[in-house]
Amino acid sequence: MNEPKVLPTDYVTKPGEFKTSTGKTLRTDEMIINMGPQHPSTHGVLRLEVVLDGEIVVDVIPHIGYLHRCFEKHAEHMTNYQQVIPYADRMDYLASMNNDWAYALAVERLLNIVVPPRVEYIRVIMAELQRIASHLIAIGTYGIDMGAFTPFLWCFRDRERILDLFEMTCGARLLYNYIWVGGVSHDLPPGFVEKAKDFCTYFRPKIKELNDVLSFNEIFIKRTANVGVLPKDVAINYACSGPMLRGSGVNWDLRRDDPYGVYDKFEWEVQIGKGEMGTVGDCWDRYMVRVREMEQSVKIIEQALAGIPEGNVQSAIPKRIRPDRGEVYVRTESPRGELGFYVVSDGTASPYRIKARSPAFVNLSVLPEISRGCMLADLVAIVGSVDIVLGEVDR
Amino acid sequence: MTPQEIYDNLKAKFGDAILEAKLDALQPWIRIAPERAKDIALFLRDEQPFQFDYMMCLSGIDYNDGNLGVVYHLFSMVHKHKIVLRANTSKENPRVQSVSSVWGTANWHEREAFDMFGIIFDGHPDLRRILCPDDYPGYPLRKDFKVPEFYNGMKVPY
Amino acid sequence: MEELLRSILGDTTLVYVIAAALPLLFILPYALVTVWLEMKVSAHMQDRVAYMYTGPHGIAQPIADILKLLQKEDTVPGMADKLLYTLSPFFVFMGTYAAFAAIPFSSAYIGSNIDLGVFYIVAISSLVVIGILMAGWASNNKWSLFGAIRSVAQIVSYEIPTALALLVAVMITQSLNLQEVSRFQEGGIQNWVVFGGPLPLLKKLLLIPFTLTAFVILFIAGIAEVNRTPFDLPEAESELVQGYNTEYSGMKFAIFYLAEYANMFLVSAVAATLFLGGWNSPFGDFLSGPIWGFIWFVTKGMFFIFLQIWIRWTLPRLRVDQLMYMSWKVLTPFLFACIFAVGLILVL
Repeated sequence: MNEPKVLPTDYVTKPGEFKTSTGKTLRTDEMIINMGPQHPSTHGVLRLEVVLDGEIVVDVIPHIGYLHRCFEKHAEHMTNYQQVIPYADRMDYLASMNNDWAYALAVERLLNIVVPPRVEYIRVIMAELQRIASHLIAIGTYGIDMGAFTPFLWCFRDRERILDLFEMTCGARLLYNYIWVGGVSHDLPPGFVEKAKDFCTYFRPKIKELNDVLSFNEIFIKRTANVGVLPKDVAINYACSGPMLRGSGVNWDLRRDDPYGVYDKFEWEVQIGKGEMGTVGDCWDRYMVRVREMEQSVKIIEQALAGIPEGNVQSAIPKRIRPDRGEVYVRTESPRGELGFYVVSDGTASPYRIKARSPAFVNLSVLPEISRGCMLADLVAIVGSVDIVLGEVDR
Repeated sequence: MTPQEIYDNLKAKFGDAILEAKLDALQPWIRIAPERAKDIALFLRDEQPFQFDYMMCLSGIDYNDGNLGVVYHLFSMVHKHKIVLRANTSKENPRVQSVSSVWGTANWHEREAFDMFGIIFDGHPDLRRILCPDDYPGYPLRKDFKVPEFYNGMKVPY
Repeated sequence: MEELLRSILGDTTLVYVIAAALPLLFILPYALVTVWLEMKVSAHMQDRVAYMYTGPHGIAQPIADILKLLQKEDTVPGMADKLLYTLSPFFVFMGTYAAFAAIPFSSAYIGSNIDLGVFYIVAISSLVVIGILMAGWASNNKWSLFGAIRSVAQIVSYEIPTALALLVAVMITQSLNLQEVSRFQEGGIQNWVVFGGPLPLLKKLLLIPFTLTAFVILFIAGIAEVNRTPFDLPEAESELVQGYNTEYSGMKFAIFYLAEYANMFLVSAVAATLFLGGWNSPFGDFLSGPIWGFIWFVTKGMFFIFLQIWIRWTLPRLRVDQLMYMSWKVLTPFLFACIFAVGLILVL
């Protein structure tokens, strides 16, 4: 029989070591585990390298780029500014209308054209419907991350109604190519206004149902309150925007504070996180900001539907888009935050440089800061509350 | 503060690090020296009348005349004013001082500028490629970039 | 049961083999029914219909699922510990199946009429823990290991509330033999242990809050023992991609699946026997007898299965430290109080 190994007992205890009662030292190691790129809860192809000490997360290193599709390089080779719109759709594929609108706004500001009021109202309606659809996915998938499978299907059922409205208008369910530079591609079909009003009356009680089943569920609150707290100054320093910023208590919404479109004609409230269930800026606050934003969006849609003027939606679409030399940075409020386009034109018909500042890319960079010291299950909660879409992160 | 006041204040403080400005453009910009970017950024973030605490965007750009540039879009949540800063460097030796210690969001933006244009940011804690694979040859968004024929032994189809 | 078989076949090992295989005759059809039930209940809760093509309303779907699992390729990960990897599903199933020996399905049938029924069930179902740990370790996968470790901690911790809640019932019925316990509760719904048992009215009324609490806690601890939401962190789909099950496919996965459903029924059966009267009819003598007893027993068991499915698709899951907190700092103290109170009431 082998002699049992005699371990030396006169080591000085180094960090990561543990001295037992008999004087021997055991070395504890941190485990590096890989979440993704294929993983049910990283919402796409995101690779998280997690350094774990037992169940406690010591560090998180996100690796992105698995969905990089060279949007900016493609845009430079387009022969027409309108041709970039399908590419912009595909960046944040869950909120295409908002992507199109941000890009169209940027080019319109370069060209200095004013779109007809009917177009502005249509754009607002589409963007707000898209905001509801995107938030429904965010909420549903967040529920699934927490283990509640049912709200996910309820959210998708409601989202189908919105997608039906979009299909009625432009024929597509996910990637619309609808909002063009100078207008929209098709006018609203007959029956759209009534169907949209029906949707608004249908949807309001559904939000209440969602709150009963998920938002105020004791277990859900326990999983998300006080988890991943993002302090206000860190949020601003890391340029977080959208529900991430508002969840931390900052009263900032681009639709009200840096207005574009006709948002100033409507009455609605900016939702901020107040720390009702825990600290201000935890996952529950961000989640609840999204739920409450959906209600506000319904309000905006109803007001817009009531006040939409008549007109020709294609009257301002320029035949040839050839802006002067110049550059502009325009930002809009997409469901995930501040979506900005920096467009540089050199006087020709094709863009010189387009940089898309995507909210998910910037919001994701704050992940290592807020997830140190949490448990692995909390990491899933935090990633879910950032609400990333990898198409936007990687472009 | 108006862009003219910002420019005057910066010129008074930093003198020759502020190279030129175009204040009547659609969005007024100020060109700064790339090796003083961090000092100027710190000044703009911390001083009372400016307080540019929110960096909206940081983009790289290739000017197609031998110069690369970095464009900073800054915003102040406190005073609600914006400014655009530019820093140009040569294509042979593109070095800009990193502002990632001033605004945390610059970390990933600068990594992207490095990845796409090859601009080296001095003082960046972790400058490596972010979107392209770590061993990708070349800097894709430069105007003179040719797609490599073979990558790691695989023929590139397009 | 063995006497009957022995009288037919004589004293051979065949007797024991048949006696041991008899609960399987119940478990296999029950598993098919439960798979279908889970599919349909979850679908209707989520505002959709599940399979409608394989048979009317998808009745033949579980059979199709089983056939699919049987004909799948039996993969073994390259660096996996082959012996442990192959054995672990069987250990998990064994731990559950062996406990079925002591469950009284009806007044005429109990696999093995041992006087230590409750004790035996609690002890032998802990074998499941070894199986799960083997599965997690042998898969050579960090995620599976995580799931297995969490599962071990969870099952071992929740044994305590289970055992204590069973103790409350045993204190009232004065016997660990499950057949005795069922006979103790005959005479109608008012004699069930959950309503205090067949004791004088005053004692009953005093006992009811404690037996109800113990019953609810037994049910909760039972869900935790089976690894179902809200306690399904070991197989948390969104974090661990199926936990200790990740690397299994085909027949071995089918056995894990079967073991989970068998465990669900075991827990429901124990709760039904000890608290809800087992195979007794709630109307006393009306609709009672050996065959009716079996039907009542299965109905009560399926009611709990339905509850478990319902809860699974409603609630999110608890984090592992919250799970442990609940077991040690919430359920166990409540049960200690219950035991103390029940003991006091019974003695006085």
